[in-house]
Amino acid sequence: MSRVRLYQVAVIGGFVLLLEALCVGGVIDKVTMPPPHRIVVDFVKLLTSKAMYPEIGKSMGNVLVAFVLAYVLGIVAGTALHGYRTLRDTLDPLFATYYAIPVFAFYPLFIVIFGLGDGPQVLIGVLLGVVAVIVTTLNGLDRVPSVLRKTALIARLTPLQTALQVTLPFCAPYLLTAAKLALAYAFIGVIGSEFIMARSGMGYEIGFAYTNFDNATMYPLILLILLLSVVMNGVLSHWEKVLLARRGQQ
Amino acid sequence: MKDGGRRPLRNAVALVAGVFACWQIAYWIVGDVALRSPWQTLRFTVELTQTHLFWLHLANTLQAFAAALAIAVALGLAIGFGLGMHRLSADAMEPMLVALYSIPKITLYPILLLAFGLGMSAKVAFGAIHGIIPVALFTLNAVRGIKPILLKTGRVLKLDASAMVRSILFPAAVPEIFTGLRVGFSLTLIGTVLGEMFAAQHGLGYLLMNAIGLYNVDVIMSVTFLLVVFAATVNGALLAIDRRLHFRA
Repeated sequence: MSRVRLYQVAVIGGFVLLLEALCVGGVIDKVTMPPPHRIVVDFVKLLTSKAMYPEIGKSMGNVLVAFVLAYVLGIVAGTALHGYRTLRDTLDPLFATYYAIPVFAFYPLFIVIFGLGDGPQVLIGVLLGVVAVIVTTLNGLDRVPSVLRKTALIARLTPLQTALQVTLPFCAPYLLTAAKLALAYAFIGVIGSEFIMARSGMGYEIGFAYTNFDNATMYPLILLILLLSVVMNGVLSHWEKVLLARRGQQ
Repeated sequence: MKDGGRRPLRNAVALVAGVFACWQIAYWIVGDVALRSPWQTLRFTVELTQTHLFWLHLANTLQAFAAALAIAVALGLAIGFGLGMHRLSADAMEPMLVALYSIPKITLYPILLLAFGLGMSAKVAFGAIHGIIPVALFTLNAVRGIKPILLKTGRVLKLDASAMVRSILFPAAVPEIFTGLRVGFSLTLIGTVLGEMFAAQHGLGYLLMNAIGLYNVDVIMSVTFLLVVFAATVNGALLAIDRRLHFRA
């Protein structure tokens, strides 16, 4: 375990040092990328100045809304769909090819329909995430042992009670995987949309800083987004591992 | 596999019919302001494909996509095999690759633009970084999951590293690797088109972005339609091969 950690630290540290050396040595020029220590200094400045807080709040709020919507809708749809074999078979090719479809291509259409605001961005995040949640939920429900279902029948639980008290709790590790996916897609959807076309938000600010060669704003913001997504993903992964360990599956 | 030949076809037909029905209904609700009906879109798509300019953009996108895919596959396989064959590297790097996989890569685009400049190479790089990680991840897990007995057999036969990859690791890992290639294909395509949307002067993504600027709903609908049809068709074919490989294994 600790050897693995050491390896990871060495890889990240080595990568940062390499970048630092390349930047200081002039292989990467200053217009392209400031040296990592400079980015860290700018990062601290960005967070202490509070000027970006409204943008950060807006983006994170949209990410949160997209995540919750995709997650809840996906689990509800997945649970409902699990009972209908034919419908599920019909939708299966859609699920399988869904992630080959460039969902961002629909962003312009959504802007035209809903106007340039939070709606289209959240919608893109939801559209990206919801299918992953549905597929993962279905996967988990497929693995519920029939003895649990029978027990629910004997206890005369309604389908809703069965889902809430028996099958979905059994799927908890799968639901955590689904949460990870939904969160990642919410990030990609919202930040990506802001990037392509928006009036505010972190993605928009990065694009704006880019056009103005404002590396002192751009790199810290990019760093912040990467950190946020990696940390959130890490927390969910850890939780998932704990849950699996408790069930003796790993 | 008794009625396996007909059932997927029935499902696909039902699905396509369903999608077109939903589209038509959406058109009736939203109207001409923002949507076109399936029939209008098909007609305009045919018109669009008869213009010379369209083929120039398409060729540009395909060129960027092919280059990005080649890079993604080559690097992804190299990383996957390199790490997968070494236990500690695999254990340490797999979670990091997963974390990289989940970050919104679109935020890295400005960095790529600064590094490569506007144009073909930035697009290719952007497409490639979307594809490399899934290919590497699937390959890594496939190589790591190979039955130890196969590796022992290889060692008994005193195979060197390259013979080991060629005659044992690769054949044993092919089904999983192919899944990685399929996912990598889709993501590389998305990456390339996204790259064109954000900053390019050519390609389908540019055409789309330009149409948004001009509020040309016909073009938006047709280009989106073409992209979806292309992605779904290729992915469907890859998926069929994928299933066959997994079935055989």
